[in-house]
Amino acid sequence: MSARTLYDKLWDAHVVHVEPDGTTLLYIDRHLVHEVTSPQAFEGLKLNGRKVWRVASVLATPDHNVPTTDRDKGIADPVSRIQVETLDANCREFGLTEFAMNDRRQGIVHVIGPEEGFTQPGMTLVCGDSHTSTHGAFAALAFGIGTSEVEHVLATQCLWQKKSKAMLVKVEGTLGHGITGKDIVLAVIGKIGTAGGTGYAIEFGGSAIRALSMEGRMSICNMAIEAGARAGMVAVDDKTIEYLRGRPYAPQGEMWDRAVAYWRTLVSDVDAKFDAVVELKAEEIKPQVTWGTSPEMVVPIDGRVPDPAEAPNAVKRADWERALQYMDLKPHTPISDIAVDKVFIGSCTNSRIEDLRAAASVAKGRKVAANVKLAMVVPGSGLVKAQAEAEGLDQIFKAAGFEWREPGCSMCLAMNADRLEPGERCASTSNRNFEGRQGQGGRTHLVSPAMAAAAAVFGHFVDVRQLS
Amino acid sequence: MKPFVKHQGLVVPLDRANVDTDAIIPKQFLKSIKRTGFGPNLFDEWRYLDHGEPGMDNSKRPLNPDFVLNRPRYRGASILLARENFGCGSSREHAPWALEDYGFRVLIAPSFADIFYNNCFKNGLLPIVLPAEVVDRLFKETEAHEGYRLTVDLAAQTVTTPSGEAIPFEVDAERKHRLLNGLDDIGITLQHVDKIKAYEARRKNETPWLFV
Ligand code: SF4
Repeated sequence: MSARTLYDKLWDAHVVHVEPDGTTLLYIDRHLVHEVTSPQAFEGLKLNGRKVWRVASVLATPDHNVPTTDRDKGIADPVSRIQVETLDANCREFGLTEFAMNDRRQGIVHVIGPEEGFTQPGMTLVCGDSHTSTHGAFAALAFGIGTSEVEHVLATQCLWQKKSKAMLVKVEGTLGHGITGKDIVLAVIGKIGTAGGTGYAIEFGGSAIRALSMEGRMSICNMAIEAGARAGMVAVDDKTIEYLRGRPYAPQGEMWDRAVAYWRTLVSDVDAKFDAVVELKAEEIKPQVTWGTSPEMVVPIDGRVPDPAEAPNAVKRADWERALQYMDLKPHTPISDIAVDKVFIGSCTNSRIEDLRAAASVAKGRKVAANVKLAMVVPGSGLVKAQAEAEGLDQIFKAAGFEWREPGCSMCLAMNADRLEPGERCASTSNRNFEGRQGQGGRTHLVSPAMAAAAAVFGHFVDVRQLS
Repeated sequence: MKPFVKHQGLVVPLDRANVDTDAIIPKQFLKSIKRTGFGPNLFDEWRYLDHGEPGMDNSKRPLNPDFVLNRPRYRGASILLARENFGCGSSREHAPWALEDYGFRVLIAPSFADIFYNNCFKNGLLPIVLPAEVVDRLFKETEAHEGYRLTVDLAAQTVTTPSGEAIPFEVDAERKHRLLNGLDDIGITLQHVDKIKAYEARRKNETPWLFV
């Protein structure tokens, strides 16, 4: 057989049937479910008298609507509460595993999948959520789907798909001190644009990617969707395997050995051909900060807000002007002069233990600046929270004046009570800086966890490389 | 699903690139557990001057007169003209539901975000990709001529302008077939049950740990 990419291998292993035009019925191994995009799917099943095809393939948790404080009081907003209760009821009715709101394993779907070992190499994994690309860090083919497709997978364990093209994003070299997966992926999006990956599945490779932890790789694959790609992925190596060893849903005993032998094959063949290759030098990547309302509107910390007069074309110029107006920024302003009102450390991009350690190392022995009204840390799951507390990170955050919250999506999209007020400016470790994303009229700057913590303690953006 | 065969309608130009799903339907409306009723909150933050929440009487809210959908000449539009990367962001199918509920049947742009594009076909909404120069020309013509209408013929794969120019577009054969006939994906898939079961039997053998 000719040389194949990792994507080819994952695809080929899941083909059930192919139509003449190439539309493929693809088998789905794992399905994560949350409360926002599933109610109408379950309703569809019920209306048609259908069952869930493979109950064990599903893991559900509420994450978008859950409060991050006073959880024992329940959910105050009745509309949010109904949505979460609907998920509970649907899981009961269809016999699905759910980590309900008060389960200590509850958390953001994209944090708990890997954490439980539910996400494994070689799988197809879907969720009614665009950031499902996160799971590709484990050499899985993972992508977000809409609610009709959620229903389709529940009913048939399959999806109709057209194969994407394959892109390799290669980052070679050694990252500078304080530079993270988040900075890499923001730099990639800055380079190729938010539509640069449209029509592609991206494999991230090169020595700088191999040097990253699984957490760092997850942050990168998480934002592959922000580059427009259907999926992001990283080949299997020792780190992938060590991360999964002993996790609750990971194979055990003899099965583990068989699985590992298969997982080792999940790398692109040496002479595999990609439809596009993008290369970055790790040494050139600096801490990144977005200045606008799209993740591609990003510059390094030592940069300045750009001037629309210098935009490459008329459509972009109009886009930049609108973004600057929304963000209330003037062209040529140094990024480090921008002061923030709030700081959010969390989301499926950056709420894992390593992210919290990085933020805590900056917060340690410092205090949240007087101009910062709220700095909050929202762990990605109950287990991340427990681990952080065991390491004393919560104490470091609290001593510095950060709020330490319960796990969930929180101010990443502000469906619960955590949100920006109109005009407020936020340093956020999440993945989207769209208008109104964190609250109507709110202004979001995307950064890494260490950069967010630094913005909290200095009150404006600072270069983490200059901190001791 | 409603079949889509041919459609003629008024065109409204939304002159912004990277219109994201948060803009199409803000998150507070995603708390609904229903599939319908999202139309009044389509583009909510741009369309109204106040802040929208579920349960409000939208007919009493102050409209933003500058927003293109609110301009009288575009009332009743069913074809949305947009710029590149329309529908980027989240996978929420509430976005196509809102567009459909508002009355749109066709979207035309130089490019669409992948998941959004896919979701449209599940809801009888036809997203059409045309070259950026052609879209740009349609923007100019729409703005220049009040009452500008296009005719979209899915079978023939053409968009026809008032002057009679037929612009061809591409669509996957399978998607076209399902949309033309209003076929339900799950129904089609269930015709392949034997293949799905055979696949599972084979994979249980090769990778048994996936099936515990
Ligand atoms: S953390 Fe944010 S991006 Fe991630 S799943 Fe939740 S809402 Fe979506």
